[in-house]
Order: sequence, then structure tokens, then C-alpha cells
Amino acid sequence: MRQIAFYGKGGIGKSTTSQNTLAAMAELGQRIMIVGCDPKADSTRLMLHSKAQTSVLQLAAELGAVEDVELEQVLQEGYRGVKCVESGGPEPGVGCAGRGIITAINFLEEEGAYEDLDFVSYDVLGDVVCGGFAMPIREGKAQEIYIVVSGEMMAMYAANNIARGVLKYAQSGGVRLGGLICNSRNTDKEVELIEELARRLNTQMIHFVPRDNVVQHAELRRMTVNEYAPDSKQAKEYAALADKIINNKNLTIPTPISMDELEELLIEFGILDSDEKYQEALAQEEAATV
Amino acid sequence: MTDNLDNTIPTPCGTEDPGRIKDHFELFQTDEYKELFAYKRQFEGAHDPEKIAEIGEWTKSWEYREKNFARESLTINPVKACQPLGALFVAAGFEETLPYSHGSQGCVAYFRSHLTRNYKEPFQAVSSSMTEDAAVFGGLNNLKQGLENAYTLYKPKMIALCTTCMAEVIGDDIGAYIATAKNEGHIPEDFPVPCAHTPSFVGSHITGYDNMLKGILTTLTKDKKAETTNGKYNFNLGFDPYVGNTRELKRILDLFGIDHTILSDNSDAFDSPNTGEFKMYNGLTTLEAAGDSINAEGSFFFQKYTTPKSQEFLAKEGGQKTYNFRPFGIRGTDEFLMNLSTITGKPIPQELQVERGRAIDAMTDSQSWVHGKRVAVYGDPDHVITLINLLLEFGAEPVHVLTGTLNEPFAAEAREILAASPYGKDATVWCGKDLWHLRSLLFTEPVDLLIGNSYGKFLSRDTGTPLLRIGYPIFDRHHMHRYATLGYQGALNQITWLVNAFLEEADAKTGVVGQDISFDLIR
Repeated sequence: MRQIAFYGKGGIGKSTTSQNTLAAMAELGQRIMIVGCDPKADSTRLMLHSKAQTSVLQLAAELGAVEDVELEQVLQEGYRGVKCVESGGPEPGVGCAGRGIITAINFLEEEGAYEDLDFVSYDVLGDVVCGGFAMPIREGKAQEIYIVVSGEMMAMYAANNIARGVLKYAQSGGVRLGGLICNSRNTDKEVELIEELARRLNTQMIHFVPRDNVVQHAELRRMTVNEYAPDSKQAKEYAALADKIINNKNLTIPTPISMDELEELLIEFGILDSDEKYQEALAQEEAATV
Repeated sequence: MTDNLDNTIPTPCGTEDPGRIKDHFELFQTDEYKELFAYKRQFEGAHDPEKIAEIGEWTKSWEYREKNFARESLTINPVKACQPLGALFVAAGFEETLPYSHGSQGCVAYFRSHLTRNYKEPFQAVSSSMTEDAAVFGGLNNLKQGLENAYTLYKPKMIALCTTCMAEVIGDDIGAYIATAKNEGHIPEDFPVPCAHTPSFVGSHITGYDNMLKGILTTLTKDKKAETTNGKYNFNLGFDPYVGNTRELKRILDLFGIDHTILSDNSDAFDSPNTGEFKMYNGLTTLEAAGDSINAEGSFFFQKYTTPKSQEFLAKEGGQKTYNFRPFGIRGTDEFLMNLSTITGKPIPQELQVERGRAIDAMTDSQSWVHGKRVAVYGDPDHVITLINLLLEFGAEPVHVLTGTLNEPFAAEAREILAASPYGKDATVWCGKDLWHLRSLLFTEPVDLLIGNSYGKFLSRDTGTPLLRIGYPIFDRHHMHRYATLGYQGALNQITWLVNAFLEEADAKTGVVGQDISFDLIR
């Protein structure tokens, strides 16, 4: 059994990318379980064709204790037999979502959910840094991390941060970076930029997923592309990515870069202006106002 | 130095004789303190005594009992302690092992004082001393520094590390932290640091006991699995507060001639002799024997609801037969000894057969005082089962059986035992309840005797039910932990305590001058 995790900045299309990819992996005969580690609990909706499934913590809160929850109450089977669980979390503004993930994953282990599987996939928020969100990459859990990223600066910033988290656990445990998945936002020189970022992080851009409206159409119907439009071009992209993940041998310890280095990279690709230009622009503005 | 002749500062000891220090029994009964307490009532929002008496009466009613049992989000006087307590307790039984609690100072201070108050014995344990900084940035730095300091200062052979609530909520990954501490050279690479996740908002002290024991076994038995067995048997007593039990078990095993390893022999850690020299480590289970425990012929666990994970570990990783027996009371000891004899192929020693006869003799001598008496029992699941077994064979009638944790298999087993005896048919098993629930039970369905730890003394006072202290903690009676409750000797001890509790009560009830026709010399 391989345990993988999808990390990435919020709103980058992590849940969409992971579900579409996992659906394609399921089509290739893999037995898969998805563990959603997002308090929004939307990591499995495309698989289950439902709004949001009952999460472990939601039920634990109702019943009083997580000990009272039974596995079959929270484990649902979705498209192509993919098993789906959502950890869930507290209401916004209260409690601790990180602890929720720890509780949910411990629950799944104790209840023996990790049996007869080829892949377990965790879907995790990337811009939160507490220990709970690192739970899926601890020893004995996810061994391969895939970071969903785009050519936007903040997405790359988050990707670099996640690489730092992976590095922290790579030395004590066995976690490795499997690659960057570029979920295109049609920004300038996106492929080159992400390939360069991947190189500096000592990893690969495992796949470039082009932007295609069919993803949104499928999503509106709470379906993966694989199910909604199996013959579409986009379905083939996800199938290619699925195949690459299944056969991925390029697992590395990342070499995260400094904030300065990241800015330089963006300047190099013309996404940010250099400091001198920035000062010039400021001076011009000042001159104009005087 | 000049004498302070003008001693005008009023002392709370009273003004008559400042040189004579009154103890609190006397002091707080003086007029000055009585006035002070009365004066303070206005700041305490205190109700008038009549109202308090009226509500006090109401709490004795069936109506209040129903309200009390409808309680959902509040525990009053829990019948359990928190996970790290059990973790430190089991760790103390291993050779030169320093228990380490990864959390704030307050946590470890609580565990230490809790154990010390029961055993009247110093207890060494260290912490990561986490503060608000650690809560924000994680406890890695505290742990690295803590391990290094503890290793350098106290020179243990092993540090057994458990977590606390704070470390668990922020999600400290202690497994990775320990590896990091070793990589960075804070402690040697080969120094054993078993660890366990012990959040107190899950389970209780018995869960922590199991998690830590499993952690220790996992660390020490790594790469120790041999082709053949070592001919020994492992024994684990679970969270058993009686050091006398470990000693009694070892005596029995020596009589049999069985080569054994006690998995966590903390009997000396909680009862070290005063030789005039301080000895920091008193754990009796050697690390070598613990490591070799994976190659044993089999393992015996006396508290199956305390140690499910450790038992599963030895069964699975060691490929061993594991057994659950409760060698308490007559029947429990019979069953254990007969099976032990079958399993090891060694006959039951004559000496034990004689002891059995003595215990039975004592029981028959006293049974007329115990027969038909109604009893309430509370404590940890396995402990409670051993007590109801003893009560039933003695002819007493368990009425209320209560534990602080939810445990359905335990409840089912306890109900089955009770239903199988005519003395147990009226009993109710309550799980996940507290002593305030028990208070309502005692008022609405009174009993003749309450058996449990020291916390029961308040129920005993409120309801007028005598309390027999068997369990953990016992803070307000000394030296009880040195007795055995295990085996026939232990049964004899418990028979003695039980019957004498009823005899004390008989004296207390009949010893009224003028109405003392039954205040007998001979009972």
C-alpha cells in the first residue's frame, strides 16, 4: 500500500485535481481510499456525488466522543469503489482543526480502515502550518507528497513552504516529495516557471494540467471528468497524471529555497519587477504627485 | 541578631500564646476563625444555611437522581485519572528508567504528587517545561534540550517519554522529534527513548499505561526476535496500585519454579527501603529481560481492559500465546493456578494449596457477617470485576457497580458475572459515570458498604455509608499499598478487611451508651 498526500495553497484546485486524478487511478484498477483533511470537508464530493459527507468529527461531536463512532458510519464508497472519509473540523472561529485531523486519522487506524488498499490519499490544506496538518506526513503515513501549484506567486510561495515541512520530516521519517502538479491558471511562462521551481526544489513537475472548462462543468454536476466526459481531452490529461503517479520513481528530499531566492526567480521570469525598477516606479510616482 | 520583643503583629495562632502553634484541627475551630469565616460569607454570595439544607435534602431524592443522570457535559469527581499518570507509573518499573512527560511543568508536578501522596514515596519524573512559546512554535526545542539535560544530569539507561494535552493539541510529532534529537547529537543514537501519545482527553490512566507499555516493548524488543523461545513467561499486572501484589506474584512463581519476566516491576520504585542512601532508580525489570520478552513462551495479562494494545503487540510481533486471568479471590486464583500448571506443566505447589485452605477457612468463619450485605463498588474495569467476584463468593450482594470510563465489553462481562449468581441479580453496572452519580445512587438505593478509593470518603460522610478503601488512590490511609490483594494471601487480606469493615460498623451502630445491648465483646 502506498500512502500519498496532495498539498497546496487553498483554492488552488487541490481537491478537484486530486479527485480527478484518483478517479483515473481507480479506472486503472487501483484500490483507493481518500482521507479528506480539510475542515471544509469537500475532498470527496466529486466521488460521492453529494454535497459533503458526514465527517468523523461531525459525528463524534453529535455522539459525544470519537470512541462512539463506527467506521461504517463515516466510510462511504464512491465512484469506482473509491473509499471516502472526511475528517471534518470545528466551526470557524472555535476549536482546533489540526487536532481534528490527528483524531480522525488515529480513529481510522484503530478501526482498521487501512486494509486491502493500493493507495491511501490525503487531501490537506497547504497554507496552515500547525502540527495537525503535518499529521499525514508523519512516520508511517504518507510517503509521497504531491504539491498542487500554479504560476501565481502565492501558490509558489505555499509550495515552497510545504517543501520546508516535508524536509523537516524527511530526515526523521521516510517522507519524500513526489513532484509538483501544475494546475494551470494560464499565467505567463507557467510551464517554464514551474519547471524551474521544481528544479530548485530538487523535484520534478510531474504533470502540467491545462485549464479546461470541462472540469467546471463536471464539478457543477458533482462528478469527476473521468465520469462526466470520459473521452474528453482533459480526462486524458488526468489519466496521464494518474499513470505517472502510479509509476513514479522520482521521490526526493526537497531543497526549499529562501524567500529572496523565490523573489529572484519571479523577477527572472518577469513576474515581479526587480528592486531597482520598483524604486524607480516609486520615485516616478512621487515625482508625479509633487 | 536582636530579639523581636515588640511582637504586636496578630498571629492566626491566637493571641494568648503565640509560641504554641495550633494545628488546623484546633485552629479553625477558634472563635477568631469562626468569625472570620462568617464575615467572608458576604463576599462569597453564600446562600443562607436553611436554603443550603433544603437543597441538600433535595439532592437525596429520586427526582434529583433523574436530573443528575441526565447530565451530559459535566463530570463531578471523576473515577479516573489522566493518561500520562498511567504512562509514568508503568515506566517506573523498568531498570534505571527516567519517566519523561513532554508538556508543561504543571502536568508532571501533578503526576508526581499524585503518586507520592498514595505511596508516601518520592517519585522522579522530568518534563519538557513547555510554556506559551512552545505552544506556538512546537515543542521540538524543549524536547531536544530536555532530553539532553535529563540524559546528562540523571544518567538514566532509558528515558520513557509520554505526551500531555498541550503537546497533543498542537500536534507535536514526538517520534520524529526524538529522531531529530538523536541526529543532532543531543543524546546518543543507541540510547533508548520509547514514546507514547497520551492525550488526557482520550481514555484514562489505564489507556496511558497501555500506550506507554506498548511503546517501551516496541523500542526494547526491536531486532530481538530470535528463532527459538527463551523458555520464560511474561506477566503483567496492569495498573495495579498494590506493590504487595507484584511481590506475591513473584513468590508464587518462585514456588512453582517458573522462569519469568514481570513486565514493569515497579514494586521497589513505589516502596524503596530507607537505607540512609538515596537511590534514584528502583525499577526492577531489566532492559535486557524486557527486550527478550518477545521470545517468551507466553504472556499473562491480569487486566485485559487495561492492556489490549500491549497484549496484541506480544501476540502479533512475538507470535506468543497470551492469556487473561485474574488471580484474585478464591475462584480467580484457582483458575489462574490450574491453568498456569497446565500451561507450564508444573504441579501446583503444596504450600499454595495450604494457603487456599486457610483463606477458605477464614471465609467460612466470617461469612455470617457478610452474607446478604449490600455493597457498592467503583474503580477501574478489571479492578471492579475482581471485587465483585470476591463479594459474590463471600455471599455479599453487589448493588451498584460503577466505572469512570465507557467500556462496553467490560460492562457486558460484569453483567454476565452478576447475572450468573443469585447474589448479583439486583446489581446495576454503570459505565462512564462519576462519584456524584454514585452519590445519588447511594441516597436512593442505600447499601451497607462502599468500596473504592479515598475520594469515596465524601460520599461516605454524606450518605452515612462506611467506606472500605481498596483501589487507587488511597491518600488518607497509610501503607495499604504494601498489602497483597492477589492470590490466596491477597484473598485472605481482602476477606479480613471486608468482614472487619462490617464489624466496625456494627460497633459504631450499637455503641450508644444506654442502648448498647448489642455492643458485644465477641463478634
